[in-house]
Amino acid sequence: MSLLSIHDLHVTAEGKHILKGVSLDIQPGEVHAIMGPNGSGKSTLARALSGHPGYAVTSGRVLFNGEDLLDMDPDERARKGVFMAFQYPVEIPGVNNAYFLKAALNAVRKERGLDDLDAIDFMAVVKEKARLLEMDDSMLQRSVNEGFSGGEKKRNEIFHMAVLEPTLGILDETDSGLDIDALRIVSHGVNTLRREDRSFIVVTHYQRLLNYIVPDFVHVLSEGCVVRSGGCELALELEEKGYGWIEAGEARA
Amino acid sequence: MSTSTDVIEQLATTDYKYGFVTDIEQDIAPKGLNEDIVRLISSKKHEPEWLLEWRLRAFRTWLRMEEPAWQNVQYDRVDYQAISYYAAPKEKKKLNSMDEVDPEIRATFDKLGIPLIEQQMLAGVAVDAVFDSVSVATTFRSKLAELGIIFCSFSEAVKDHPELVRQYLGSVVPHTDNFFAALNSAIFSDGSFVFVPKGVTCPMELSTYFRINAKETGQFERTLIICEDGASVSYLEGCTAPKRDENQLHAAVVELVALDRATIKYSTVQNWYPGDKHGVGGIYNFVTKRGHCRGVASKITWTQVETGSAVTWKYPSCILQGDDSVGEFYSVAVTNNRQQADTGTKMIHLGRNTRSTIVSKGISAGQGQNTYRGAVKIGKHATNARNYSQCDSLLIGDRCGAHTFPYLEIKNTSAKVEHEASTSKVGEDQIFYCEQRGISKEDAISMIVSGFCKEVFRELPMEFAVEAQKLLGISLEGSVG
Repeated sequence: MSLLSIHDLHVTAEGKHILKGVSLDIQPGEVHAIMGPNGSGKSTLARALSGHPGYAVTSGRVLFNGEDLLDMDPDERARKGVFMAFQYPVEIPGVNNAYFLKAALNAVRKERGLDDLDAIDFMAVVKEKARLLEMDDSMLQRSVNEGFSGGEKKRNEIFHMAVLEPTLGILDETDSGLDIDALRIVSHGVNTLRREDRSFIVVTHYQRLLNYIVPDFVHVLSEGCVVRSGGCELALELEEKGYGWIEAGEARA
Repeated sequence: MSTSTDVIEQLATTDYKYGFVTDIEQDIAPKGLNEDIVRLISSKKHEPEWLLEWRLRAFRTWLRMEEPAWQNVQYDRVDYQAISYYAAPKEKKKLNSMDEVDPEIRATFDKLGIPLIEQQMLAGVAVDAVFDSVSVATTFRSKLAELGIIFCSFSEAVKDHPELVRQYLGSVVPHTDNFFAALNSAIFSDGSFVFVPKGVTCPMELSTYFRINAKETGQFERTLIICEDGASVSYLEGCTAPKRDENQLHAAVVELVALDRATIKYSTVQNWYPGDKHGVGGIYNFVTKRGHCRGVASKITWTQVETGSAVTWKYPSCILQGDDSVGEFYSVAVTNNRQQADTGTKMIHLGRNTRSTIVSKGISAGQGQNTYRGAVKIGKHATNARNYSQCDSLLIGDRCGAHTFPYLEIKNTSAKVEHEASTSKVGEDQIFYCEQRGISKEDAISMIVSGFCKEVFRELPMEFAVEAQKLLGISLEGSVG
């Protein structure tokens, strides 16, 4: 059974029809890259899947592990194993990052029928994952994303993902604004999390990220539709020829 | 598409959890206010002549005063002749132990979850329980007495320690201070009295629970706390009230006196009935609270978490008279539905090297209106005085309001005064971020709001901080879907 099955998805945001019939099938363990020019609907797809209230699904169907994903509230989706690393992570002043993550982890564990972790066990989990993302302790004790640099915020997102262990990780332009070192750390984190029962959707504008996180499939979005799908060589072709090539090709067809 | 506004709308629907009425026999004065009522109250309480005279002077002053109208709140004016000014559980024989307390009263406290006896002992908290107007139970008194600490109801203090009461009563808040203080001085019913002698550190948190119960009976407590040289005390005040349709007036006066190097920490969690979501009913909370740092290097800290009442109007203040004295004010005020709060503080710097800190956190949800009003005055002799003020407002939804009125009056050029203010909204994005991590919407709001209030909660005694966080959650319940 597919982990995620998207069928003819239409989404509007701020009254604009953005996704116009996207279909996608993701098997457990696969990494799918979603590419496309600005405004093509890449991030809209990520946010609609995670249940962002600003994105309204007008038609279509999404099954996650055979269940109707669109019928679930965002927190329920998260507890069922959908994780989105935000393009712009939000600051929550006064809420300690570790405390926040503990509340999140225990909510997720409850859904999985596991007991709450106490502070000591929790810190053991966290320390290990923090090492993976090369985060120092101060980032755990600071308020969620408050005063974090752009790179720190993105690392923190992948750190949250590492702790929460979702079955579907959605990366919404995680590479944007990252320098090469941060990109390496973040990619290493994601690659370490790759497993045969965990899938990823990697939304990116640039091929660069895909040198580090090598996808099984690449899909190109243009004006709200998937216009091309292929293996990772498609990303290289895009890098070489630019998005104009796809759009022009579409116009010809 | 659900917006955070919808979310907040739904939060407003939760009923007040503490709305119930206790059926016990009450001894109620006829409605209305005149000199005879003042005399009646005084005689019911077997007060000495000087106190009756003091009350009458206050009453005559009150008659000449106008109810203030400058505060940023709207409410139906109180008909002072429609209120009964005295209610006491029928007088019974002296109680020797807690077991003799009226079971109905104890059941009420149980419903409120107030641990009166064993739990209090375990928690190390002594409770002077005020039920309506008369204290019905006082614990731990003997233990405190060994240290020379007096902790009793105000009426008892008048009987047993008249010289202390006479010396300090009205010395911080004179009856001429304002309309409500004058009213309170004339007809105050009961309250708490604390005296900590020279050099003694009170070994436990002192705590009083107030509960307004009798129908249409205003409650007028009077609290007086005195710390002699080098003494210190931490006092906790917390309350809930049963549901009522009539507006109930509450006009308390709290006076704190700190002598040389004395420290008083006064913490409040206030959760009186706020009225229903249409603004019907609810308590009017018009309180005068003031501390006097009379001695050198003395310190007074006010910490308050205000979640209840229909209308709140209070400014716990500090007069920093002693050189090197310190005043602090930490406040969280929540207004939801139709609640209105106009609260803040006054820091009056008179002595040299006096310092004050103000941290005010206002949270507005529903159609709540939250006003911070603060005054920092630096007198001409207050060399090197310093003040730091921080006023943050948090808005939940788009129909509520936050207002800030900071007043500064500086008459000494060496003063350093800083004021910071911010207004932010609990964003849909913040809520969604939490939800995307698996945290429910309700928990998300509670977490965001607690984070916002962190600097104030940190100042509360541990067990109170936990209670305050819970209360905040309850108060904002239903502003989330």
